[in-house]
Amino acid sequence: MAVTIDTSPDTAAPAESTFRKLTMRSIAWLQAGPMMLVFALFFLLPLVLVVVVSVWDYNEYEMIPALSFRGYTDTFEGCVANLPELCTILKTYLKTLKLCLLTWGLTLMIGFWVAYFLAFHVRSKTWQIVLSLLCTIPFWTSNVIRMIAWIPLLGRNGLVNQGLIGVGVINKPVEWLLFSEFSVVLALVHLFTFFMVVPIFNSMIRIDKRLIEAAYDAGASGWQTLVNIIIPLAKPGIVIGSIFVITIVMGDFVTIGVMGGQQIASAGKIIEARLSALQFPAAAANAVILLGITVLIISALTRIVDVRKEL
Amino acid sequence: MTDRSKTTSVSRRSLLKGAAGIAGLAGTGTLLSAPYVHAADPKVLRYLGTAVNEGDEISKKCLADTGIKIEYITATTDDVTKRVITQPNSFDVLDTEYFSLKKLVPSGNIFPLDARKIKEFDNITPVFTKGELPNGKKIGGQGTAPWKVLYLDGPNSKTFSATPTEWVTLIPTVYNADTLGIRPDLIKRPINSWAELLNPEFKGKASILNIPSIGIMDAALVVEATGQYKYADKGNMTKAEIDLTMKVLTEAKKAGQFRAFWKDFNESVNLMASGETVIQSMWSPAVTKVRSMGIACTFQPLKEGYRSWASGFCVSKAVAGGPKLDWAYEFVNWYLSGWAGAYLNRQGYYSAVLSTAKANMTEDEWGYWMEGKPAKSDIKAPDGTLMEKAGAVRDGGSYDDRMGGVVCWNAVMDENDYMVRKWNEFIAA
Repeated sequence: MAVTIDTSPDTAAPAESTFRKLTMRSIAWLQAGPMMLVFALFFLLPLVLVVVVSVWDYNEYEMIPALSFRGYTDTFEGCVANLPELCTILKTYLKTLKLCLLTWGLTLMIGFWVAYFLAFHVRSKTWQIVLSLLCTIPFWTSNVIRMIAWIPLLGRNGLVNQGLIGVGVINKPVEWLLFSEFSVVLALVHLFTFFMVVPIFNSMIRIDKRLIEAAYDAGASGWQTLVNIIIPLAKPGIVIGSIFVITIVMGDFVTIGVMGGQQIASAGKIIEARLSALQFPAAAANAVILLGITVLIISALTRIVDVRKEL
Repeated sequence: MTDRSKTTSVSRRSLLKGAAGIAGLAGTGTLLSAPYVHAADPKVLRYLGTAVNEGDEISKKCLADTGIKIEYITATTDDVTKRVITQPNSFDVLDTEYFSLKKLVPSGNIFPLDARKIKEFDNITPVFTKGELPNGKKIGGQGTAPWKVLYLDGPNSKTFSATPTEWVTLIPTVYNADTLGIRPDLIKRPINSWAELLNPEFKGKASILNIPSIGIMDAALVVEATGQYKYADKGNMTKAEIDLTMKVLTEAKKAGQFRAFWKDFNESVNLMASGETVIQSMWSPAVTKVRSMGIACTFQPLKEGYRSWASGFCVSKAVAGGPKLDWAYEFVNWYLSGWAGAYLNRQGYYSAVLSTAKANMTEDEWGYWMEGKPAKSDIKAPDGTLMEKAGAVRDGGSYDDRMGGVVCWNAVMDENDYMVRKWNEFIAA
């Protein structure tokens, strides 16, 4: 249908331009339409349903479409009554935030330097691609395999413990290597550093090399170039990577469950326990709370850097 | 001329844009349209259940014997229940545990089978129908014992009947008595009580099942074993009893008693085989699996008794009235006719109809698995791998000793909602 414009090149100019404007607009809508449709059907609609269900009542086997804030009140049970002791939900979120912060800090440090190496030290495009692909190795295995694979390494009789005993650093196997916060953070960092590397690398590769040369010519030290040129220009990548890592870790329950021996609380695990017991409204209420908190963190991050402007 | 060339270039762009839009739409179309469905075979039953009972051998043998093709839909216990509640049209035959019935029956999504159409129904072990062994000994009935939820008032009823009717919620198939699995080589002393699960001696080396309703029952067995409290019904606690039990569990967790909680068969095998845990609640075939790796592992009988579970068949409401209902009866009748029962018995489970299973096993197999006799020759798994060498005796002994020692059954409590909240609190502690 786009071809139709072209058929009458000799028509009067004003009529043609109005016509073209209209067509252009409809084409723009047509282009955006599929994505909008997908977005509305598979994101907005389910989200609205979750919010609606979160204020429903429920019993052992079904949701009851009657207004009830039970999902929310149960969730915050004891938050006032038990003071100064923290209630379940606060403890859970503090733990989740702690894991999130640790993972974010570590993936940022590691991811930044990996990206830096790839962008500035690896000269050939081919090697850059090959090395970035190497970063995807942690994704080649499933969670189940990963869980099983960590035991021979970090377990009580695992390689690390045997190595440390062999060297004489310890005389008894250390227990905190596996099924602990340490192992959770280790697994999360192992998995999600890639999400930091890619956007930061993408930002760095687009830094005009002449800027660095200019800084060098102006007598800047390596450190000054890094702080004043590279980090500010890589900011959008850092923020995007941070958004990836934070949103994934906030909602994670599989890795935290598997590596924490199912004994470490996480916001996602509360939702899972509720779902398993068929308490859908309570699960939905917890999902809404988690979404709210994650959106708060992300909006704070985008305050620091306007990602849309920088891209 | 310049003007014209401009128009052409713009319209080429527009053309591309339009094409992209249409391509996008087409893509969405594929996403939205229903997946391609193969033409249905003459007799296909979609069988929803956990991996435990879904053996390839069983479906192959069933196809050969009856011409019914079984399509397995495998999910975890929780997900099976979830699926019945939310997608009752997505399966035909349901294989689930009796404790789920408290959720499934009121939902109205399952259809009970008619006992009169089940050939072997009268031969089903009295464990299910009367709560007693074939020799008449009464067995423990705390929790959701099968005989409490075996019958309905009518085909469309949502209430359980206390007296036998022809409407059976689940036609019994398989059950077992669960206890603690231990590593005798690492513990190096006799274990005979549930109290040992929370004994500080095994600090950092114990584990329980990560299913709240089952985990809390194991804890209750410990509480009773240590003499702290005696429950009226471990499978249906009051709020105060839940608080008490969770307090015991929380203290143990804070003291570092548990290495990890397991949810999956393979996880339990791995924890035990690697020596991460030395004492944990376990399933019989998982113990056998550890042992087949050449590692000592015992399914330890305990003086307080066993926690039991049982499962069976019913059909989806959507099947009622159609031809699939007849196939379902045919399938269930085949299942109880002996071959499948022998297959289950050889894995360390128990079959619902003992007489037909016995006819399909050798005398030696029957003696080892069911009568607690030493094996005369090597005991092999259904797939032919060596399970036990000649001379071995089954942990816990005979059927009568093991099933006779059952004190409680896997359950869903009336206070389930409260219990799940307390479980989350326990995890956060």
